[in-house]
Amino acid sequence: MGDAPPSILRFEHVTVRFDEVAALNDVSFEAVEGESRVIMGAAGSGKTVLLKTALGLIQPDAGKVYAFGKEISCMQEQELFAIRSRIGMLFQESALFDSMTIEENVAYPLENQPSIHCSPEDVHPRVLQALEFVELGETLEKFPAELSGGMRRRAAIARAVVTNPPLTLYDSPTAGLDPITAHTIIALLIKARDISQATALMVTNRYQDGNLMANFRYNSEQGNLERARNGARRGARTTFMVLREGRLVFEGDQQRLESSTDSYICKFVKARE
Amino acid sequence: MLDSLKEPVLAVQEFYLLVGRALRNIVRAPHYLDDVILQMDTIGVGSIPIVIMVGFFSGAVMALQMARALATYGQVGRTGMIVAITLVRELGPVLTGIMVAGRNASGIASELGSMKVTEQIDAMRALGTDPVQKLVTPRLEATCVMLPLLTIIADFVGMVGGWIIAYFFLNLTSRQYWNSAWRSLEWKADVAQGLIKPLIFAIVISMAGCYCGLRTTGGTQGVGRSTTQAVVLATVLIFILDLMITKIFVYQGAS
Repeated sequence: MGDAPPSILRFEHVTVRFDEVAALNDVSFEAVEGESRVIMGAAGSGKTVLLKTALGLIQPDAGKVYAFGKEISCMQEQELFAIRSRIGMLFQESALFDSMTIEENVAYPLENQPSIHCSPEDVHPRVLQALEFVELGETLEKFPAELSGGMRRRAAIARAVVTNPPLTLYDSPTAGLDPITAHTIIALLIKARDISQATALMVTNRYQDGNLMANFRYNSEQGNLERARNGARRGARTTFMVLREGRLVFEGDQQRLESSTDSYICKFVKARE
Repeated sequence: MLDSLKEPVLAVQEFYLLVGRALRNIVRAPHYLDDVILQMDTIGVGSIPIVIMVGFFSGAVMALQMARALATYGQVGRTGMIVAITLVRELGPVLTGIMVAGRNASGIASELGSMKVTEQIDAMRALGTDPVQKLVTPRLEATCVMLPLLTIIADFVGMVGGWIIAYFFLNLTSRQYWNSAWRSLEWKADVAQGLIKPLIFAIVISMAGCYCGLRTTGGTQGVGRSTTQAVVLATVLIFILDLMITKIFVYQGAS
């Protein structure tokens, strides 16, 4: 056995309550470097809360959260900024700042993250590079309200990855999008993951998103997605997690997920047909 | 019984904590000067027309009403004094405060509320910015600078309104009106009181707007609810604090 890859994110018996209702109930898992995790679950099962807890936006009522080996569940807001600058987050509704142009939105983490040291003259080229990555190079001066839903989602991806974070969290990246746009978005996430080799957590309701994440890789020569050989990507693995009413009811690879006989899990897997 | 008290007590505690953090941030880096200037423009310059309107008509109506009462004692010549004192001590600060509360506490609450429900506040935290520092403190600073200035404008325009009534309808000379108005104003009793009030009201207005906006939940409907709450909270607090500040000045024997 070689050296185990370092732990990027670890939850230890994490419980989060809102007014006596447990949004997360005794959740434990560990994501290691280079790993992709696909988190599925019905609405209200605690998926978004899990991502926000990982980012320190919500503090757990019980249990511990470690990011990059440091316990973040006991940190003050100011201390968390250093950790957050190493995590990219795509919010469910994009959460672009309405009052800023797309360029200002994407430049925001470069200019405001205290531990990202980006000189003022480097900001514009990096923003342009991030926007070209999501094929939105010509929308610099536009405001979020002027873009379509899919374009806003892409701009938000650019903002999440512009600092090249070693961990990225995607909250329902395809929610509310048509199948073609949804496919484009997932392709971008795979591209971002494969280029930077970053660890990724993706919340989704669509099994086919997870399926693409697990079995496809980005071919940088041809610029498209291709099926990874033997159903596995080189040196990286995809783990599926299923949440139900705040509890982690499944954690394992795709094969185990598909062979599960649990009726709740089957509902997600069968949705692909 | 005790359980029903929990929520209001918690709300008061959160309000004070937010005020404390916003005030502390005034002396802490980073400072968002651009945001302060933008808010000064929205809150201050944007409110000038409405403040002029309200100031003018309240001064004019005060002159009309008071002249009738003063005529009973044969003291119509003191109309200027009555208008100046009521405007500078009470009407100027309170009416300007209420106007700005209606216009800006609601504006702040709806803006921050929309940001809250669309996760922009979370995004701001995720991207390394303290929302209190970036959103609340600039609004507090801008309101604290602009509201006293707006009150001075309202006071002056109100006195002009009173003068128009006195000159054209009460047959007073300009000299009579302005002399009695100017001489009646004392620095400590009137001017200090008239400037401390808007400063306190500014804290109340901006913080009520920010507090209600930041605790918004429940989508666009929640934004509407927060907006209403912000205006009601700010207005009620303005009246309560007005009484308290006036009492302090009266107690000191300055009034």
